[in-house]
Amino acid sequence: MTTTERPIAQNAAPYRVLGTRPLRHDGVDKVTGRAKYGVDASVPGMLYGAVLRSPHAHARILHIDTAAAEALPGVKGVVTAKDMGIYQRPLDYAQTMRNPRFIAEQMLASKKVVYKGQGVAAVAAASLHIAQEAAALIRVDYEPLPAVLSLDDAMQPNAPKVHDDLTTRVIAADHTRKQDSGTSSNVAGRLEMKRGDLAEGFRRAAFVAEAEFRTSRVHQGYIEPHNATAYWAPDGKITIWNSSQGAFTIREQVAEVLQVPESQVRIIPLEIGGGFGGKTTTYLDAVAALLSKKTGHPVKMLMTRREVFEATGPTPATLMRCKIGADKDGKLTAGYLFLAFDAGAFPGGAVGAGATTSFAPYKLDTVLVEGYDVVLNKPKVHSYRAPGSPQAAFAVESILDMLAAKLGLDPLELRRRNAAHEGDRLPNGVPLNSVGIDEVIAAMQKHPHYSAPLGGPNRGRGVSLGYWGNAGKHSSATLSLGADGKVSLVTGSVDIGGSRAALAMHAAEVLGLAAEDIVPAVGDTESVGMTDITGGSRTAMATGAAVYEAAQMIKREMIRRAALLWEVKPEDVSFDHGLFVNTRQPTDRLTFQQVAARAMSTGGPLTASASAFPKKIAPAICGNIVDVEVDPETGKVAVLRFTVVEDVGTAAHPSYVEGQMQGGTVQGIGWALSEEYCWNDSGAMLNPTFLDYRMPTSLDVPMIDTVMVHVPNPYHPFGVRGVGEVSIVPPLAALANAVSHAIGARMTSLPMSPAVVLQALAGKRA
Amino acid sequence: MNTKTLVSCKINDTDTDFLCEPRQSLLECLRDVLSLTGSKEGCNDGNCGACTVILDGRIVDSCLVLGVEAQGKQIITIEGIATAEGLHPLQQAFLEQAALQCGICTPGFIVAAKGLLDREPKADEHRIRHWLAGNLCRCTGYDKIVRAVLQAEEMQAKKK
Ligand code: FES
Ligand code: FES
Repeated sequence: MTTTERPIAQNAAPYRVLGTRPLRHDGVDKVTGRAKYGVDASVPGMLYGAVLRSPHAHARILHIDTAAAEALPGVKGVVTAKDMGIYQRPLDYAQTMRNPRFIAEQMLASKKVVYKGQGVAAVAAASLHIAQEAAALIRVDYEPLPAVLSLDDAMQPNAPKVHDDLTTRVIAADHTRKQDSGTSSNVAGRLEMKRGDLAEGFRRAAFVAEAEFRTSRVHQGYIEPHNATAYWAPDGKITIWNSSQGAFTIREQVAEVLQVPESQVRIIPLEIGGGFGGKTTTYLDAVAALLSKKTGHPVKMLMTRREVFEATGPTPATLMRCKIGADKDGKLTAGYLFLAFDAGAFPGGAVGAGATTSFAPYKLDTVLVEGYDVVLNKPKVHSYRAPGSPQAAFAVESILDMLAAKLGLDPLELRRRNAAHEGDRLPNGVPLNSVGIDEVIAAMQKHPHYSAPLGGPNRGRGVSLGYWGNAGKHSSATLSLGADGKVSLVTGSVDIGGSRAALAMHAAEVLGLAAEDIVPAVGDTESVGMTDITGGSRTAMATGAAVYEAAQMIKREMIRRAALLWEVKPEDVSFDHGLFVNTRQPTDRLTFQQVAARAMSTGGPLTASASAFPKKIAPAICGNIVDVEVDPETGKVAVLRFTVVEDVGTAAHPSYVEGQMQGGTVQGIGWALSEEYCWNDSGAMLNPTFLDYRMPTSLDVPMIDTVMVHVPNPYHPFGVRGVGEVSIVPPLAALANAVSHAIGARMTSLPMSPAVVLQALAGKRA
Repeated sequence: MNTKTLVSCKINDTDTDFLCEPRQSLLECLRDVLSLTGSKEGCNDGNCGACTVILDGRIVDSCLVLGVEAQGKQIITIEGIATAEGLHPLQQAFLEQAALQCGICTPGFIVAAKGLLDREPKADEHRIRHWLAGNLCRCTGYDKIVRAVLQAEEMQAKKK
């Protein structure tokens, strides 16, 4: 491992503030331990809650006896599904996004449990220890049912059914569920994306490569467990302190599960200790609220790490088959991809996103993607950073590597020859938006890493591209001018990784101020306009656009105020770098602070609110070059050197952009090499601790070198592009390609743990 | 049941008495009894390092120490790292290197890194990675954390 110089990128963009690296506003609180996270919530008089979870992967609940638990000293109340009003509503399997019935079932199962770890009952008590003891005293009679635990088994027509009344639906291009097969099945959804004549495409191919791939379930692995502290006041008002990726989204879900109007619920978002998609849904909030209603006290709930693994949603395991053909010049003639994604116990496992993103970086006129959304008796999966795309890219980018070898072509050159351009069609037929695929490939080709010698035996180099579509959605921001010329900024976007700084920089850029002149805060659901989740790589871009609009409003009003002071028309006032100038009398100058100081005498307080809903979204592209060394005795893979190249558009705060690139990469390294859910044959996870579920430590990875490519987003005022998720997409395939080259055998199954690599080595020798 | 024990110790240079149940961990006592919530719970079984404190000069996972074991001990938590003069070089370096994203792991990393710098002020990259391998960060990929520790070493050397 070597320490390489951090490339301090020049401020490539023509901006004063964007592209610089100010200290984050919330930084001191976070390095001194004073920042309050969801887990730190404390409300006077609060009790602690604990959940009793199912020990079975599949069983009917016959009877729940809570008497012994209620009799334990210190216990104040117990709730079960009977307390959930939502169960009067029918279950609609066609709604897979944020289905409140699915959410409720995961909290407190209604009739049967469909995975080990599902909530069955919950207790509130004077201390966490008493609550946990009491939960263990609840007696539940179960009738165990046959469980279905693998994708292959679940797809068999005669497999036991996870839900008797679940049928197969067609997944439309917009991911909604349409036409219903009417027959009971564990296949909840089926999609087909098709263009051109596939058979003809493969006939035109001079070379064809194909293989089958498998990936395991992996968890987002945020360090802060899920938590919620709730108070249901006598007037019916419900207040919840928690950490989530979006207070408004959680409010909507909680209101639906509790069957109360949204206005009755207030969510106060505290700092969040990581989410990666996993905290865009609720597992505890409504339970804490019900316990509060029952006991009259605020109730705090906190998951154990085992609960995080067993009761929240990891990413789907997959079975994939991919086949790609190319003519003798290395032009792709046809692509086929079969995707079976494990959704867990309820439908909705990102197979649509996997299908859409799979071939996205390449121009391909003849394509067929078939996708299956399959339920089985494991926790319902949930979003994990660029959901679905890393798996699909693992298959496609591995096949491209095999194809390059057959063609005798450099793997990056093969990708360059087939790179998609704006307007080319994604597998779902939607045209590709502006993104720097050519630029990223070119930067990879000329990077010194790509031509450096490997420098030893048992080593290999791999490359891969990864694509992600990014999200837009709704954002709101409010700016208020202070008497000293500082400007407070409230947005609805929770700050997971430095977004306060990036958003403040948007306002500073417009107002000619320094980043430090803006005081950013995250509002609760009653202090700022509706704002969607911090997710989909949307926050700096979309909330940034809202901040930009609000700042423009402040700027216009400040110009009007300056004009009033000079008794001229607003058109006669120019504003540049925080300085107002009377163009009729250019010696008349006022600083931003001077105009701010006169606000009360020129019309009163200055505030501005704006919302944004970007309709056109610029996607993201990322490339990896990675060197590995495989120990032929143990099968252990060491990552020697890792270079990440990403089109980041205008990098608002480059340090945090690099951080996103590095963090996603290391999550991808874990996915590729060491992370997996291990199961026994009754559906229990065997490794629900950080000791046995192996996320990379500082010792497992080298420095992650980042190269930012800047193709501005044409749909954002400053060219800011979503950057957060895509970095997790290419590492799976890049590492599989590197290991395959190192050992001379194709790796098709993740994680490439020592045992798997040894097996591949043995297979090669045999 | 429920008989509590009086524990007397020194936390962040302040004499501190607290009552705790025998089954409560030091982490619980710090967070829930003493409201020192800077030490975080990521796993409660010694595998993430978010709860790291310095106990009589050694870094420990406070979730693996019982509250009653703190009797007579000196404890430094993240709340005791900055002084009246300002931030510790590690804290300043973490800010400047952008070595935190969500920040939940940061207290544990800073306390653990202080444990290293107090005894090995010139640790190299590999030694730093080895020392910090008991602390998990899921956001940063460790690159900027390691750089921050290296920067803090330089800052400390210049101060002397
Ligand atoms: S909470 Fe103590 S090591 Fe994780
Ligand atoms: S910064 Fe989030 S876990 Fe380290």
